[in-house]
Formats: sequence, C-alpha cells, structure tokens
Amino acid sequence: MAVRAQFENNNEIGVFSKLTNSYCLVAIGGSENFYSVFESELDEVIPVIHTSIAGTRIIGRLTAGNRRGLLVPNTTTDQELQHLRNSLPDSVAIQRVEERLSALGNVIACNDYVALVHPDLDRETEEIIADVLGVEVFRQTIADNVLVGSYCSISNQGGLVHPRTSVQDQDELSSLLQVPLVAGTVNRGSDVIGAGLVVNDWAAFAGMDTTSTELSVVESIFKLQDSQPSAIVNEMRDSLIDNFS
Amino acid sequence: MEYVPETRQQLILCCECGTAIPPNPANMCVNCVRSMVDITEGIPKQATVHWCKNCERYLQPPATWLACDLESRELLALCLKKLRGLTKVRLIDAGFIWTEPHSRRIKIKLTIQKEVFAATILQQSFEVEYVVASMMCPDCTKVMAQNTWKAMVQVRQKVDHQRTFFYLEQLILKHNAHQDTINIKEVKGGLDFHFAQRAHAIKMVDFLASMVPTRSKTSEQLISSDIHSGTSNYKFTYSVELIPICKDDLVAMPKKAANSLGQIAPLVLCTRVGNAVHLIDPKTLQTASVTGQVFWRDETITPVCSMRDLKEFYVLDVDILGPRHGRYALADITVQRMADVGKNDNEIIVRSHLGNLLSFGDTVLGYDLMSANINNDNFESLNPDDVPSVVLVKKSYPERRRKRKQRNWRLKTLDKDEGDLAPKKQDQEKLDADFETFLRDLEEDPELRQNINLYKDTSAIERANGGMDDDNMDDDEELPEVPLEELLDDLRIGGDDDEDYDDPMAM
Repeated sequence: MAVRAQFENNNEIGVFSKLTNSYCLVAIGGSENFYSVFESELDEVIPVIHTSIAGTRIIGRLTAGNRRGLLVPNTTTDQELQHLRNSLPDSVAIQRVEERLSALGNVIACNDYVALVHPDLDRETEEIIADVLGVEVFRQTIADNVLVGSYCSISNQGGLVHPRTSVQDQDELSSLLQVPLVAGTVNRGSDVIGAGLVVNDWAAFAGMDTTSTELSVVESIFKLQDSQPSAIVNEMRDSLIDNFS
Repeated sequence: MEYVPETRQQLILCCECGTAIPPNPANMCVNCVRSMVDITEGIPKQATVHWCKNCERYLQPPATWLACDLESRELLALCLKKLRGLTKVRLIDAGFIWTEPHSRRIKIKLTIQKEVFAATILQQSFEVEYVVASMMCPDCTKVMAQNTWKAMVQVRQKVDHQRTFFYLEQLILKHNAHQDTINIKEVKGGLDFHFAQRAHAIKMVDFLASMVPTRSKTSEQLISSDIHSGTSNYKFTYSVELIPICKDDLVAMPKKAANSLGQIAPLVLCTRVGNAVHLIDPKTLQTASVTGQVFWRDETITPVCSMRDLKEFYVLDVDILGPRHGRYALADITVQRMADVGKNDNEIIVRSHLGNLLSFGDTVLGYDLMSANINNDNFESLNPDDVPSVVLVKKSYPERRRKRKQRNWRLKTLDKDEGDLAPKKQDQEKLDADFETFLRDLEEDPELRQNINLYKDTSAIERANGGMDDDNMDDDEELPEVPLEELLDDLRIGGDDDEDYDDPMAM
C-alpha cells in the first residue's frame, strides 16, 4: 500500500524517516501523528523506531540501510547508537561510518542487493557498504546528480528516479539494479524523490502533496497493489516447490 | 561505421492528469498548470475608457484628455494604463484586435509572463475588452453649455468683403489675443468672440482698438439677481465696429471734413489701414490720416469705390513730374482701358501717385469713374471738374503668371465655429476670392505683412525645388514674392495631417 504522510506540515517525509524491509526509523517529532501513520501500516511486522541521529531529526538523510544492516554517520552519539542497537532486530548489523560525506542517505541509494553511491565516496566506505549491507556497490549519478540517494528511491521490486533521467541512464541503472525503473515525481511535481518517498517491498509512504497519479505510478512500479508482508511467501512458494520437488 | 546514439524522448507522467509529457520544472503538463494557476488573475478583462464625443479625445485619468487615433500607440498606452494588475506580471506583447469603430469597443490582445512555481515561467495570451464610454470633456462642456460665457465681443465691419477679417485674424494669431476665448463664432458680417470673464472681453476690445480704428458699444443683460445680497449676474456684450474704409478704397468727403484734414482734396485714396486710416491725394501726393475718433465724429468720410470696382488699365506712357512722397512719385500716366487695347485709341491721361512703380507696358488697376455707377452724396456734391476720369490704385500682375506659381508660405487660421452659417456656394466662391486677394496683398505689400506671421510651407518649397522647370526662366519680370527669410518655421506638435514636418529646414 502507498500511503500519504506529513511530518509536522512538511511533505518531505523521506528526510524524517527510513524504511527498509526489516525495520523503520522515524524522527522524534512534536506530535505522534507521523509515527502513528507508520505504526498502523507496519506494526506487528517490523519495528518502528523513534530515534534521532547526531541530535537531529533528519535521520532519513543521514542514514543508509537495508534488510541486513544500517549505516549511521560518525556524528551519531553513543546513546543513539545504543538505542538503535537495542531496538533493531539482532539480524540487522549496525555500523558507524567515518565518511566525509556524512549525509549517508543522500549519497547512498540501496535495496537488499545493490547500492548506488556517490562517485566521490571513500573506498573504505564502499567496502563497509558492501560488507554491512551485503550489496554490490556501483558509483553512479542520476540525471547528472551525484546525490543518488536524494534523487531516487529503490526497493527490491522497482525504482523511481529523477524525472530528467534519460532513457539510456534508466536502462543502465535498471540493468545494474535488476529491477524496473521509471522516471517520475512525488509531492505534486517535486523531483527530489528520495526526500518525498520512502519505500520497502510491501509499503510506501509519500508526502501529503503527492497526487493520485504519482501515487499510482509508485504503486505500480513498486508492485504494491496487493502486496502484504505475507505476499512474498506466496510468491516464493512456487519457486520453492519447483526447487525442492 | 559511426555510432549514432539513439535519442528517445524521455517522458514522465504529468503529476496531475497522468498524461505523458517531457519533464519540465513543474513536472506538470501545460494544461494542468493552466488549470491550477491563472496568471491573468487580478487583471481585469473588461475596462472602460472615456471618450469625448465633441473633440474626440480620450480621458487619461485623472484629468488629461488625449487625442489619439484608433489602433494608435498612444491609445494602446492609455488602455494599458487602465489595467491595474499588469504591474505584477511581465508584459510580452500587446496589440489591438480590429473592432468596428461604431461598436465603441476596443479589444486588446495581451501576452504576459509570470513565474508560477519555482523556476516555471508561464506565458499566456488573453484579450481585454474596453468599452468606450462617452463623456464630455470639461473644455467641450464649457463650449457647449449655454450660460458659460459671461462676455461677448461682436466684431463687425459694414463692407461687402472679408479681407479686413482675414487680416484681423492674422493679427489676433500673432498677438495670441484669442487665448482667453472660449469660442469664436462666425456670423454674417463679422466674428463673435466669447469669453468667460468680462475682463478678457475688455482686453480684446482694447486690443482691437489698438490695431484698427474701431467704435465700441457696451450693453449688458441681467441674467439673475439676488435681492438679499444685492448681487446680480450679467452678460456683457461689446459691439465693436471696424472702420468701413479698407486699403485701396476711394474715399470721398465733404469740403468741411477735407479742410479739417489739412485742406486735402475731397476725393482721396486709402493707402493703409493701421491704427488710423492713411489717405493720399493721388493728384498732389498730399497725405492725411483719419483716426477712429475723427471718422466717427460725424461719419461724413465715406468709401466710394472699393476693391470690387477695380478695372484693369494698360500703361502707354509714364511722364514723371518730380514731386515725391515716400515710395510714391507724381506722374502723368497715359493709360488705356484693357478692353480698348487694340480696338480703338481712347487714351486717358491720369495724374497719379504711382509714377515710379509703373512703366510702359505694365498693367494697372484703377477706378474708372467715368463708367462707375456711384451712389454717394459726398461724391455727387463734388465739383465735376475736380473728379478725375480714372484713379489708378495699384500695379497688377497678369492672371496667367500668378496661377502657376505655388506659394511657399502659408498662414495659420483661428479655430472658428461656423455655427448655423454654412456658406452657400456663391458665398464660398466670394470668400475664396477675398482670401486670394488678401494673400496677394500680403505678397505685394511688405508693410502689411510685417505685422503678421507667415509660415514656411515646406512641402511647397520642396516641390518648387524639385520641379525647377523652364517656366521660371521666361519670367521677364519678377513677381512680388515673400522672401524666404521673412517666413517662420512652424512648430507642430502632434501634427494633424500626414505631411512630414519633422524637418522644417529640409531644403
């Protein structure tokens, strides 16, 4: 399901939240409203964690993560790190990254298998990403923007990229990610996809301004129409039976 | 083989309606942007411009009235100033859409630009319709309303031609004496000047009196009075009568009047009308001047013959006698009536003041008193022996040569209201003839034209320069012309005719 949400009258919810297949982080806000939107969609399936990173609320832009792990910048305090460690499932690795480009959410876009990163990212960081998140790392740009995390949003099902991404770039990225991509917008024509949209394999949250057209694009490319957390089981059953029979 | 990169147009869905569009700053299709924001909002689509039916000027608020043509730049500027919200957008283009003039509608097509979302500039064209509402301008109101004039000056001359008024008109123009008039009306035998204040009328009367001998009479009409405050409202009428003697008139007077004018002969010619009437006795070159006071003391000095009675004579011989007075020289001149030339030998010997102006072969205008039909008591009481058979007045120039000559100067005219007095055809011809005579007088008499302003007619000068043909070469005698240095350059602001007056010195 794709749902609209707003963080304290701000439509850029990707700034204030981080959604993966195994956990969800939300910023500590003045009201619980934002939190409850996530809670109602994700509760009972994955933990929804209130946190701050380095004392700020822009956790979506500062962190990068997927099902296997979470990368936080080195400005993250020990308490925050401890709180995250306590709240996250044990299977999720958490790692503090010494990186000059400390807004990890802006420079890293990843799903559970592939990560697109800023071309200037440290080699060490690249290795950490590969190790902790268990992904293949590609240095890429999106529509000539180096901030790959800001201008795209990808899941294991599909991806939404900056509206100006050329067809060739889309083809190239799509072949790297092995998922279909589409150029589009969120928040009524905003091209900052990563900031306006958070998505995992069965849920998506977009800013309150997002139009129904945009939402339907999101639902179709991320295959959210009838996806439930359990859908994956049904999906896999056929292949499993095939494999084991 | 060369690699040609495949260029496919990359499309996104419009965030509102879902149609595929190339990405743009708003990421929205043009129609959706249009439907969401109307950049013409705040700009009125209908407005009213006020227009005065009489003077055909448009009101430029707050209080200026501008004369402008339909579809002119000035009108466009005026119309655009009417639109309030136009300051908040960028005006790209504006132009008129043709409308039927009688529809009293002006349509303007505007193209404006405005930034709507971040970095999205929207351009839109729209029409604005103006209703041309008629509203009389204060100037016209003043003229039209009945009781706006407080004083009137009626100028009359009891003669059968208009030349004096043509001259007077030029004098008034030169001295700008008409600036306070609210209306100038042409009536039979003269002009009426209307004024808003009595003082202006008195000023006008004084001006006229300083220019020509006049007699004036004042009358007043009570419009209203307030018995409580003792104030009353009057209309004043000044009747100004001009002396009925014009230049070149033959004047007769009784013995007594002649004696009081320095024993002048009782039959004299008028040479000039200025502050006083200047008379000359063609037989002795004696001069006299008659002021208005003298003239109206007993009104016995009367014109006998005037311009219209002039006949043409042919000069056979000039015998100068010696006495001179200014430009006049006394001479015995042998003339023959133009009608008699080549038919008989009826020669007439005339003593005349035109001795040094005439020579053999010239034509001359004069009064033929032998054949003239004169009804005048003064004239009849004269001793028949004293009455010459012919009185020569001025040299004339052949009609043929005059015709082809274009004047290189022109005069300004007062803006007169003809009133109900639309001239009949024959009247108009008479008027034109009078005007032509007046223009010739100006050409021939430098003294006359020194009091008035003549303006260069650039188009005529150009034409004359362009068409320098052999017609001018065979002139054995110079026609009287106004020298170019006497002419003034005309200043034209917003010229009302199509001729190009931008460079009056273009020669």
